[in-house]
Amino acid sequence: MTIQISIDGKQITTTAGKTLVDVAAENGIYIPTLCYVKNKTCLGTCRVCSVKVSGNVMSACTVAVSDGMKVEVDEPEVSDMRKALVECLFTEGNHNCPSCEKSGRCELQAVGYEVGMVVSRFPYRFPVRERNHTSGKIWLERDRCILCLRCVEFIHDAESGKKIFSLSKRGAKARIEIDTELVESMSAGQVKVAANLCPVGCIIEKGHGFNEPIGQRKYEKKSIRERAVAKNNNE
Amino acid sequence: MNTQIKLILKRYCSDRTRLLDILWDLQGLYGYFPEAVVTQLSESLNMSANDIYGVISFYHFFHDRPTGRYKIYLSDTVIARMNGYEEVRTALEQEANCHFGGTDETGTFSLFYTNCIGLSDQEPAMLIDDVVFTQLSPGKVRVILSQLRQNKTPAEIVNPEGLPSSELAYVERLVKSNIRHKGAVFFKKINHRVLLDKCLNQLPEHIVENMIASHIRGRGGAGFPTGLKWQLCRDVEAEDKVVICNADEGEPGTFKDRVLLTHSPRDVFVGMIIAGHAIGSNYGLLYLRAEYRYLKDYLEYQLQQLRTEGLLGIDFDIRIQMGAGAYVCGDETALIESCEGKRGVPRVKPPFPIQNGYLGRPTNVNNVETFAAVTTIMERGAQWYRSMGTKESSGTRLLSVSGDCAQPGIYEVEWGITLGEILDMVGAQDASAVQVSGPSGECVSVAKDAERELCYDDLSCNGSFMIFDQRQDLLRVVQEFMRFFVDESCGICVPCRVGNVELLRKVDRLIDGKGCQKDLDDLVSWGKLLRATSRCGLGTTSAKPILTTLDTFPGIYQNILTRKQGTLLASFDLKEALPDGGRFREE
Amino acid sequence: MNNLPKKECFSHDLPGTPMDSTVLAGRSEKIPVATIALCGCWGCTLSFLDMDEKLLALLEKITINRSSLTDIKRITKRCMIGFVEGGVANVDNIETLEHFRENCDILISVGACAVWGGVPAMRNDRELLDCLVEAYIDSPTAVPGAEEIIPSHEDIPQLTNKVYPCHEVVKMDYFIPGCPPDADAIFKVLDDLVNGRVVDLPASLNRYD
Repeated sequence: MTIQISIDGKQITTTAGKTLVDVAAENGIYIPTLCYVKNKTCLGTCRVCSVKVSGNVMSACTVAVSDGMKVEVDEPEVSDMRKALVECLFTEGNHNCPSCEKSGRCELQAVGYEVGMVVSRFPYRFPVRERNHTSGKIWLERDRCILCLRCVEFIHDAESGKKIFSLSKRGAKARIEIDTELVESMSAGQVKVAANLCPVGCIIEKGHGFNEPIGQRKYEKKSIRERAVAKNNNE
Repeated sequence: MNTQIKLILKRYCSDRTRLLDILWDLQGLYGYFPEAVVTQLSESLNMSANDIYGVISFYHFFHDRPTGRYKIYLSDTVIARMNGYEEVRTALEQEANCHFGGTDETGTFSLFYTNCIGLSDQEPAMLIDDVVFTQLSPGKVRVILSQLRQNKTPAEIVNPEGLPSSELAYVERLVKSNIRHKGAVFFKKINHRVLLDKCLNQLPEHIVENMIASHIRGRGGAGFPTGLKWQLCRDVEAEDKVVICNADEGEPGTFKDRVLLTHSPRDVFVGMIIAGHAIGSNYGLLYLRAEYRYLKDYLEYQLQQLRTEGLLGIDFDIRIQMGAGAYVCGDETALIESCEGKRGVPRVKPPFPIQNGYLGRPTNVNNVETFAAVTTIMERGAQWYRSMGTKESSGTRLLSVSGDCAQPGIYEVEWGITLGEILDMVGAQDASAVQVSGPSGECVSVAKDAERELCYDDLSCNGSFMIFDQRQDLLRVVQEFMRFFVDESCGICVPCRVGNVELLRKVDRLIDGKGCQKDLDDLVSWGKLLRATSRCGLGTTSAKPILTTLDTFPGIYQNILTRKQGTLLASFDLKEALPDGGRFREE
Repeated sequence: MNNLPKKECFSHDLPGTPMDSTVLAGRSEKIPVATIALCGCWGCTLSFLDMDEKLLALLEKITINRSSLTDIKRITKRCMIGFVEGGVANVDNIETLEHFRENCDILISVGACAVWGGVPAMRNDRELLDCLVEAYIDSPTAVPGAEEIIPSHEDIPQLTNKVYPCHEVVKMDYFIPGCPPDADAIFKVLDDLVNGRVVDLPASLNRYD
């Protein structure tokens, strides 16, 4: 069903039931996301896509558009909330961009630039997080994990369908786990998929890193905003 | 494979959606989850071992490491802290000869803190395995532990006559019900057979209409109109629908569901049967919080009785699903996840449970009190029910009253009663503040708010009613509530996982005397962030202890702001920053 | 209990606002700027020099007071802008930062170390003593059999337990992230400031590495 919605005052004709994040992007309006992966189950963990829908704050990845919806993205209060959520992540973990091999390809970092974060309003925690380097194929750098759950929900053992990544504990103690046996049976292709799916530098493919020179890295060539709103963002 | 494990798996048809039940049985067998057991489980259920540990480590009452023979969980609540908690805590550590979080050298006792176990009218209280001990004192603790050492079981200590755990007398031996004031709706004598005959012969539509006409709203806290919920669920076309009774009474300060399940379990079950008929469901689940495990045998027996009498088990049956310790499971979608044997994480909405709930089926979740009220409404009629209360909040509700008052316990009140009237009724002449609806509710001032009415339009209440007088340090209460939310956040969404820790740290800093006005401004702004962007009700309400006290009792914050002057920030502690507080010594 | 004289103003209560343009216009003299490197690598100061010819345009409007470039040790007169590189890792850093806060109208945290601690803050996940032992006693380059000494003298600034971002020690007004920030980012912020514009670092110049 064809419907009309407005985003930041712009009248948009679209189809009922589509995800708000996608509708916005198709119409050149960028809503930052971190856990969202197009055409996959909505995870709704990062809340960085928060926007105002008819005055109420909602995460745009969980909103199915309906006729007459009035959406505000570029609105001061909710823009600051998105920024604050990104800042939360930067202080919760250890996000040492200068020494991270994902830098320049990292979605958290790229989104940080887009929301205009220069410093976090929250105190930097410097948590002590155990790393897991036991696998021959993957480094698990928990310092950088933002618990988006992409790997938990979208990466499964090809044969048994079991989860390769999982979550343990809860709340501030929650952390990502890796099944070291199942990892060994991952194909090189699947390892690459997992590493690319990780929005930060938590899942790192062993034997690769710092491949592209500074200035030539993914989001330096084309910003995350440009990629999101480009019609054919297949890259 | 070990035959005992095989047997347990067989009991649940190796169904991974029954993982919580499987884990309870296994923990009963081993006391914890040995790695080899988890490995076997992971093979049988086709899950990775980490996936299973993910579920184990989510729940407070599951243990992935060995514990002592007796697991002792001391309820750590603000109310307990007003009633000698600290002395009891110390006595437990001395007597068990270990610290909290640990096990004694002989492997006899493990001590754990736990959040409110639904006994605020008889704190301090503790669970030893699934037996509860109330109104503790250091002396009582010493006697209990020494008897355990002499190989008496917890049940033998509390119930020397050996009453069967399926009997009401057993439950009453363990806990007091303290029903102080009965009203028109609850704890009534009802002929359930006659009522059910009448209801099941009515068209389901009529029952839904009745519920809508009664104007009853959900008693879990959110106050969603029950009739409308049933209507929506009824309208979904599906073969299998599910009725769930939410008995995960986790809000600190509430215990009315416990008392309803103790004295009116049939009202609750019959309410579920009626709901099943109304929405077109033949399957019901009672999600019972782990803290109420001592009620399980009794409730199972009640169900069995209903089956024997032919009231249950033919067109509709009910299964009890045990929880395992997670406040967030009070959220209906988290509760459904938990029923499916997973981590109790609130789902992304939409879809809502009425569309896609338990195992993908349309599911109607209501609170214990709602179902009990449904039964009386069907008995006495919607108009009768609606004649009580206010226009928008019909009927009565149960209050769980605790704290500084003469008569803590259960009170049935009509909606519209004022705060002052309640305080008079419960004997709280010296009250200065009331935490209405628990930490996720509102802290009101008796001086300012005595005339406010308990109803959805004014002072909404989920049943928790904690009273504080002048002696209580409200900022410590706020700190305790924030610690509770940090402890209970599932961590799935960023604002709740990160934000609650930051809010607690700010409150800690204020109490340490290192706060300034900017910290108060941050509390407000960060609180708003949590409220607006969190995924479920836990995160959207967790800042309320701070926000409501800032509003009602600004003095408690203003009075402790630092008077420190100078260039360094008030929050920067030079002594803390330097080794040896600034006097470096080579060692 | 709150009987403070109201005129007292904490540094953390100071607003972070752009310079008043009328005040600015009224100044006959060039804007005095002070720079300092705390616990960092001087990379940000090099980036400052990397402004190249843009620096000449800037120097039409500013003059550099205390700086490693001028070899002036203490600020000689009140400055409008303090350019702070590096985080806080020892008592000397704390005192210097206090000196800057007391003598500058505006302080800018420049670079990853000043903004959040940076590379030096990688020691924050362990104990200070462990770091010192690793550096001076268990170091692979330690002389075998030599007396085990962790240097300690009153002339050596005492290390803090953790490395702090500058804004967790004193109030900072502006932030330029980057390791180091690009010269263009530094120029953009300084240029906005000296021209009385609201400071705005566009996404295209914002870098954390």
